[in-house]
Amino acid sequence: MSPNVTYRSLFDAANDSSAREWLPRLKAAAIAQFETVGFPTTRDEDWHFTSVSPIAERTFRPVRPAASTLTAASLAPFTCERDDWHLLVFVNGRFEPALSSFAQLDVEAQVMTFSEALKEAPELLAERLGALAPAAQAFTALNTAFMADGVVIHVPQDVVLDTPVHILYVADAHAANASQHPRTLVIADRGARLTLIETFASIGGASYFTNHVAEVMVGDGARVDHYKVQREGANAFHVGTTQATQGRDSVYHAFSFAIGAQLSRTNVYSKLLGPNAEVRLNGLYALEEAQHADHQTFVEHIAPGCSSRELYKGILDGTSHGVFNGKVYVHPEAQQTDGKQTNHTLLLGEGARVDTKPQLEIFADDVKCTHGATVGRMDEMALFYLKSRGIGGERARALLTYAFAADVLELIELEPLKVALEALLFERFIPPDAA
Amino acid sequence: MLKIDNLTANVGDTQILKGISLNVNAGEVHAIMGPNGSGKSTLAQVIAGHPGYEVTGGTVTYEGRNLLEMDAELRAQAGIFLAFQYPVEIPGVSNAYFLRAAYNEVHKARGEEEVDPMEFLDLMTQKLKIVEMDEAMLQRSVNFGFSGGEKKRNEILQMAVLEPQLAILDETDSGLDIDALRIVAEGVNKLKRPDRATIVVTHYQRLLNYIVPDFVHVLAQGRIVRSGGPELALELEARGYDWLLEPAEATA
Repeated sequence: MSPNVTYRSLFDAANDSSAREWLPRLKAAAIAQFETVGFPTTRDEDWHFTSVSPIAERTFRPVRPAASTLTAASLAPFTCERDDWHLLVFVNGRFEPALSSFAQLDVEAQVMTFSEALKEAPELLAERLGALAPAAQAFTALNTAFMADGVVIHVPQDVVLDTPVHILYVADAHAANASQHPRTLVIADRGARLTLIETFASIGGASYFTNHVAEVMVGDGARVDHYKVQREGANAFHVGTTQATQGRDSVYHAFSFAIGAQLSRTNVYSKLLGPNAEVRLNGLYALEEAQHADHQTFVEHIAPGCSSRELYKGILDGTSHGVFNGKVYVHPEAQQTDGKQTNHTLLLGEGARVDTKPQLEIFADDVKCTHGATVGRMDEMALFYLKSRGIGGERARALLTYAFAADVLELIELEPLKVALEALLFERFIPPDAA
Repeated sequence: MLKIDNLTANVGDTQILKGISLNVNAGEVHAIMGPNGSGKSTLAQVIAGHPGYEVTGGTVTYEGRNLLEMDAELRAQAGIFLAFQYPVEIPGVSNAYFLRAAYNEVHKARGEEEVDPMEFLDLMTQKLKIVEMDEAMLQRSVNFGFSGGEKKRNEILQMAVLEPQLAILDETDSGLDIDALRIVAEGVNKLKRPDRATIVVTHYQRLLNYIVPDFVHVLAQGRIVRSGGPELALELEARGYDWLLEPAEATA
């Protein structure tokens, strides 16, 4: 049976396709779309450097609900030690109220799970869900068809949600050979502000598949800082797609930190719909052994006077494979566009490989767009300099690796998260006895 | 302390050092002078363990140990310090972190305690005074965006922190104005002790007005062509190097 048909039968077993409510209809349309497009292959331009056959050749049935045995203590490594942040915990794709704490919002904003949103704000959900991320792409279609739960955040006009919202997705042994399809919907109205962190983590070494979709609507003058921490288990597969739209004078900052999964793909797309909007897409991926991580960005300059800034850095050890594919598309009306895209790679492993493909498509004449990419190995002079001060081989190498990542980590404005991610990176490259 | 015997070294297929012999005892200051391309910096870097040079012959003994068998970091931990002619910029690593890491590695190797960041800051306050540097320097990335003078002072600061047994200054005076030169030289002088030795590699006599050597050696085309006392440096200042070069070339 082809994978498309397999997922169709899994879908039919769990859904009544004749239901007339909007949500079953949305899901039914999505599985139909998935059947039509199927999993992408390396013949697709957008997937040229990443083969998803390890995902496509297996059937990851949606994970079955089960009572979680996890405790707050077992989640401590993933929460930046901040118990004052709003925390929503999903275990194997299911919301865990006992592990979460987000009820006491200090301002007029809504943070809800899907099931709550279906009760409390059904019109909002019906109107917005799937509006930004239509199920045209295979993985988005699959997510829409199988999404079981997720988070809806609505920050109304001029409301500033000071306290960051942290969504933590944890997979454990129960997720083995299964898939989770969490969904996030963020609506920041005019002048609203929000900081969102989404962490994907695992406890234990199960092989599972996370397929996440986030839709982020950044209204006029609003600002959303969106951090994604992908530290899935070593045997996991991860595909995540974030689709943002931005109004006039808005700011959207998306940061992707990726060190997990054997195969991962992170898509970050933003449409600049209103004039003078600003988008910043940054990322850091550190891979070892045979890990594969692919980042694809697509910034669509539709309105004039917008700026886009991208800095992605990769540290590739072992025989790992890093891919960066960044596209900036400037529409004819988008005059005074200011775009800059940068990708730097540090190759540590002899067998490591990088494919980097910056693309500019410009249909306006008064624009400033640049892109640059570098690939390099460890600076031997810097290494000798450290050694000549008594700092030995392994530690010197680790220090220079960390230094390579320092400037992109500096772009994380949420200090506790920056500190936590720095520590994660340090742990990875500096042997514990030397730290 | 340091005994170099008939040392030869190559870069690629080119022989740079053609048989250097030199003895440095504790408490001594040696100046190594010579024209550009004579091999002065190569000698300094070979002693420090630069991997870009291949030692093809001879021996180097440091406090009874075969120096040539030791990795660069082990040499540093054993008390050898090279002040670089071109200090390396390391964006992303703060000077404070770098200095403390180096300090701890060197002290750990001596079987001494590591210091925590607070203790280290106290130590740094004293050391910064030696080179008249501001505390703000500690928060900047190592040498990154430093002026030429700041880089050289930062080298001496590292030397002050690590307190080496054998300090080698490689053209530390190049590119320094007179005030920076004085600060750097005074820093070096403050660190002198009867149990420590210094090798000053320089093209000009100027630095030797401040750091007075016990011995002066002239290096030309990979060999020491003349050794003498401090008066030799003054003679070189007056006469240049040519009078020494010719006989060296004649025998080449």
